[in-house]
Amino acid sequence: MVRDQGLLFVLALFFSLAAGLVGCIAFMKRMLLAGDVISHLALPGIGLAFAFKVNPLLGGAATLFLGTFLIWQLQKKTGLATEAAIGVIFAAALAIGAAVTPRDNLAESLFGQLERISPAGFLLGLAAVLLVIFSIFLLRDQLSLSIFSTDLAATTGVNVARLDLYFLLLFSLTVLVGLRFMGALLASALIIMPSATARQLTNKVSPFFLISVVASLVSVAAGFLLNALVFKFSTAGPTIAILSAVLFSFSLLGRVK
Amino acid sequence: MLTFCAGGPAERIPGGAVPRANVAMTNPLLSVATLNLSFGNREVIHDLSFDVQEGDCVAIIGPNGAGKTVLLSALLNLIPYKGEIRWRRDARLGYVPQKTAADRQLPLSAKDLLTAKARFLKLPSTELQLVSAELGLANELLSTSIGALSGGQFQKMLIAFALLGRPNVLLFDEPTASLDELTEEHIYELLHWLQKQRGMTILLVSHDLSIVYRNANMVLCLSKGKTCMGPPKELLTPAMLQELYASPAQYYQHVHEPERDSRIAQERKKW
Repeated sequence: MVRDQGLLFVLALFFSLAAGLVGCIAFMKRMLLAGDVISHLALPGIGLAFAFKVNPLLGGAATLFLGTFLIWQLQKKTGLATEAAIGVIFAAALAIGAAVTPRDNLAESLFGQLERISPAGFLLGLAAVLLVIFSIFLLRDQLSLSIFSTDLAATTGVNVARLDLYFLLLFSLTVLVGLRFMGALLASALIIMPSATARQLTNKVSPFFLISVVASLVSVAAGFLLNALVFKFSTAGPTIAILSAVLFSFSLLGRVK
Repeated sequence: MLTFCAGGPAERIPGGAVPRANVAMTNPLLSVATLNLSFGNREVIHDLSFDVQEGDCVAIIGPNGAGKTVLLSALLNLIPYKGEIRWRRDARLGYVPQKTAADRQLPLSAKDLLTAKARFLKLPSTELQLVSAELGLANELLSTSIGALSGGQFQKMLIAFALLGRPNVLLFDEPTASLDELTEEHIYELLHWLQKQRGMTILLVSHDLSIVYRNANMVLCLSKGKTCMGPPKELLTPAMLQELYASPAQYYQHVHEPERDSRIAQERKKW
């Protein structure tokens, strides 16, 4: 059990790095809230998995990626605004999730739990998180260009539509790993808070990423420890999310324009 | 291919452009044929054909909504189109879009943006310094967040962005819109320098007739899906401008290639 907790903690630290990076891009694309909503797409899958006694993360992954793909298609094919496309899929997913999730498992689906983690689960999670970190690093210039202007990015040679899909997938993958610690409701807290914190403190791109990653890492590390030693809740998610909010309030003191 | 409004075969007046050998005339840098463009459901450009030679500075003029920006977007392959747009194989395009308000929240400095392009294109690390030096971009400007740049600084930054990677063609949308006179003057000089020193081919959209007179050696008029092209001194007569901006409907009395004329006449019957 202690070793499991150790593995979980290590995975959570790596997850925090990925969440901090993905959050920066989502912040610049002005889709932080949209991202929050995307994380809820895992709900119907988690609910169904509980009902059919399958690994809830597998179920969550299935509906998360299906939902993400539907959103991407919907806005590409119909020209619907991203916000509207996400709204439609989100509302439907939440309703299905609420309907199919067994009542006993509802809290766990929404807020996550500190379950045991198998070595395979640990390695899979680690691989996913490292893929996200590596991809954001490789795509950072293309992402900056397309966030500034899709036309200028396209004339520079960036495939903007494909880049959008890549980013949605990276976002979903990050949320998926976060589900284990944070649950569907809080999975995106670490995507939203650290980037907003970083933006208060800098207006340059490299420090923005760096501060966001550090804020995310500190929230997770301190949140885990505080929960294990002091609060002893069944899940560290709320403690982590609250800590990241506290960091954000401190950042207001050091605000740059 | 070219259609001239103001009669006569085109004596192409160099007017500031780099003098060209006759060879260049046979191998245009850009060749557009029977291009049709729509904006939403409205067809804004109908059956447009023109060539651009290396070293030309072509001004695209016309009333609002005539499709000037849409045409640039098509030339850059940013939007779907019907017809043919052929760039010569060695054409490398740089694009300076119309000034739009940058998102003030973006934590990107001018340098961040230029570096992103330079790195994406794997340009040598000296390239950014070279372009900055050529345009006189101060370090202070480079380190300013793009949301905090003035109109003129932002425009300069966009030009630097376009020039990274050594394009030989510059597509320039409304270079002097919303700039004060001093900055305008600076942009004219810059255009002139790019043409003369760099031998760049320039396509610019402009409402500003002084920039057209001073820089362009060819003018492409767009109006209500009808077009004409010629040197500014021939094309931009007071009567012409009156027609162009006041009553573009009279525009079609003078066209010049028999084959194209009959085709246009047929098309017009369909309207």
